Amino acid sequence: MTAPALVRDRFGAFGGRYVPETLIPALDELEGALDAALLDPTFDAEWRDLLTHYVGRPSPLSDAPRLSELVGAPVWLKREDLNHTGAHKINNTVGQALLARRMGKSRIIAETGAGQHGVATATICARFGLECVVYMGEEDMRRQSLNVYRMQLMGATVVPVTSGTRTLKDATTEAIRDWVTNVRDSHYIIGSVVGPAPYPRMVREFQSVIGRESRAQMLERAGSLPRSVVACVGGGSNAMGIFAGFVDDAGVELVGVEAAGEGLESGRHSASLSRGTPGVLHGSLSYLLQDGQGQVYPAHSISAGLDYPGVGPEHSYLKDSGRAMYVAVDDGQALEGFAMLSRLEGIIPALETAHAVAWIAAQRGRWASNEPVLLCVSGRGDKDVSQVREMGILPL
Amino acid sequence: MSATTSSDPLSLRFESLARSGRRALVTYMTAGHPDPVQSVALMRALQDGGADVIEVGVPFSDPMADGPVIQRSSQVALEHGVGFAQVLAMVHEAALSIPVVLFSYLNPVLAAGPEVLVRASEAGVHGVLLTDLPVGADPEREAWIGAGPLAFVRLVAPTTPVDRMREIARHGRGFVYLISRLGVTGMQANVASDLPDSIARLRTATDLPICVGFGVSTGAQAQAIGRLADGIVVGSAIVQAAERGIDAAHALTVELRQALDNI
Ligand SMILES: Cc1ncc(COP(=O)(O)O)c(C=O)c1O
Repeated sequence: MTAPALVRDRFGAFGGRYVPETLIPALDELEGALDAALLDPTFDAEWRDLLTHYVGRPSPLSDAPRLSELVGAPVWLKREDLNHTGAHKINNTVGQALLARRMGKSRIIAETGAGQHGVATATICARFGLECVVYMGEEDMRRQSLNVYRMQLMGATVVPVTSGTRTLKDATTEAIRDWVTNVRDSHYIIGSVVGPAPYPRMVREFQSVIGRESRAQMLERAGSLPRSVVACVGGGSNAMGIFAGFVDDAGVELVGVEAAGEGLESGRHSASLSRGTPGVLHGSLSYLLQDGQGQVYPAHSISAGLDYPGVGPEHSYLKDSGRAMYVAVDDGQALEGFAMLSRLEGIIPALETAHAVAWIAAQRGRWASNEPVLLCVSGRGDKDVSQVREMGILPL
Repeated sequence: MSATTSSDPLSLRFESLARSGRRALVTYMTAGHPDPVQSVALMRALQDGGADVIEVGVPFSDPMADGPVIQRSSQVALEHGVGFAQVLAMVHEAALSIPVVLFSYLNPVLAAGPEVLVRASEAGVHGVLLTDLPVGADPEREAWIGAGPLAFVRLVAPTTPVDRMREIARHGRGFVYLISRLGVTGMQANVASDLPDSIARLRTATDLPICVGFGVSTGAQAQAIGRLADGIVVGSAIVQAAERGIDAAHALTVELRQALDNI
């Protein structure tokens, strides 16, 4: 028996293509289109043009004087919240929609948790005149009803997912089922660095604009590279995007902040890297919240965008190789981070981002006063304001 | 490798069917559905009704290749606490005389540990089919399964190009499972129009028996497909019948058997 051809896009032991056979030719096609596009100056020009004139890039790098004072080190904010649609997600959807158009696909499928990726997908589909179907857990539709309405306004169909835990995990499973059924005319725009190859690499590629910009901005504004780069980790796309700019700089520490939900000991969290074990979900091998039988645990987080039991395979690789470290912040601390950035800097962050804010704020004394810290503000908190208000959280 | 040189129970079954000019009836059930006790009775009822092979589904929390009927049955089985050990205990208890093929997603198999293939074989399992482990996806783990005591049955889809069909067939044993149409498991009113073409292409790529599954539920469909392929796989229709009762699943098996034998 000859060994089957090797699949590219492994990150050490992680990654791979664990999908039904039906999808393999589509993944081959996508990989071919991606590799051709990445070498094609026309694609690069189209993508950059949209990022500049539609998304509003480059996003600013803001100093954060009052947060810096609290932490005891200069904190810099990469402002992905100022992108069109209010989060980093659009960097990826613009890139993938361009690819879909090149491949002649007329229908787009997406999954969404917080609704930010769904909105970013619906947005670019409206711009390109593509049919758009977004799967969203029923529970998340309730938590993020404003984003549901936004998607519908832009012409997308939002399909409620009622199976399993009714959150991002099940929306992703349902989106894959749609793709298996409609693979000939549809492209599936995954919203994070998860899924079968080439998705993790492709999404990182499109998000790495965050890292490239912020590296140059740090050198220009702060006069040095950051000592630490900090980002929240759901599937891990904003983190992978900003890490990509610094992974070759050995002196730069990379920190991913997961959601500890009701606490790492409670069993109700989304900290796959901190508490999971390697397993296969949604097409790749990575750290996963699962029981001893290989059944996937429902994740929990106050923020819908982090509420996922898996994580991108490249993060698993960065964890095991020691290049990045991963920490976890619980729901209550995240709410404090939410209020803190609002009050100290006049920036209301997404609840996802608030996890990273909270971790930095709790590290006073960790950095010397001349060691800059770079925080990825992955999105703005408008979508979360009514949820937080309903919880009765008072201004500080 | 070719079916005619193997001596495993699965290949022997297909050889004897071929000699008598009959088509294989492969029936699927989810272990632990409708409940663990009835599952054993269901396996025996499928055998008594005339099945040639039983595919025993290992329940998984996130069955991305399955439609609503099998999803629901997996959920029920998980609620009954059915894991890999219980699945094997059911197969062992049923003590069937026809071959058994485990139908699983990769993760529960990995979680069950490196001895799982041997344990399955000892429990009376003859083959294994993994929905989310296509050829080439993970050479190391594919080699582990290929070298084990179970026949590693591989899947071909309507989208699979013919050179890849050859590659898949080279790595498969027992039979090739041809997915009849794009999509997830579930019952369909009609047989996919490109199925004859897919079967013809697959014939040029392999000498292994070809069984067609996904969407096959009635005697008429069984006959239509049985004229082209070596066997049919019926899943969701059996699971749905089992929800009404073991007798209903038995009756459907008898009906499918008769349809296949009257081609
Ligand atoms: C603002 C924001 N940040 C972070 C995330 C988490 O995703 P990722 O880890 O892929 O960046 C989301 C997901 O919805 C989000 O909306």
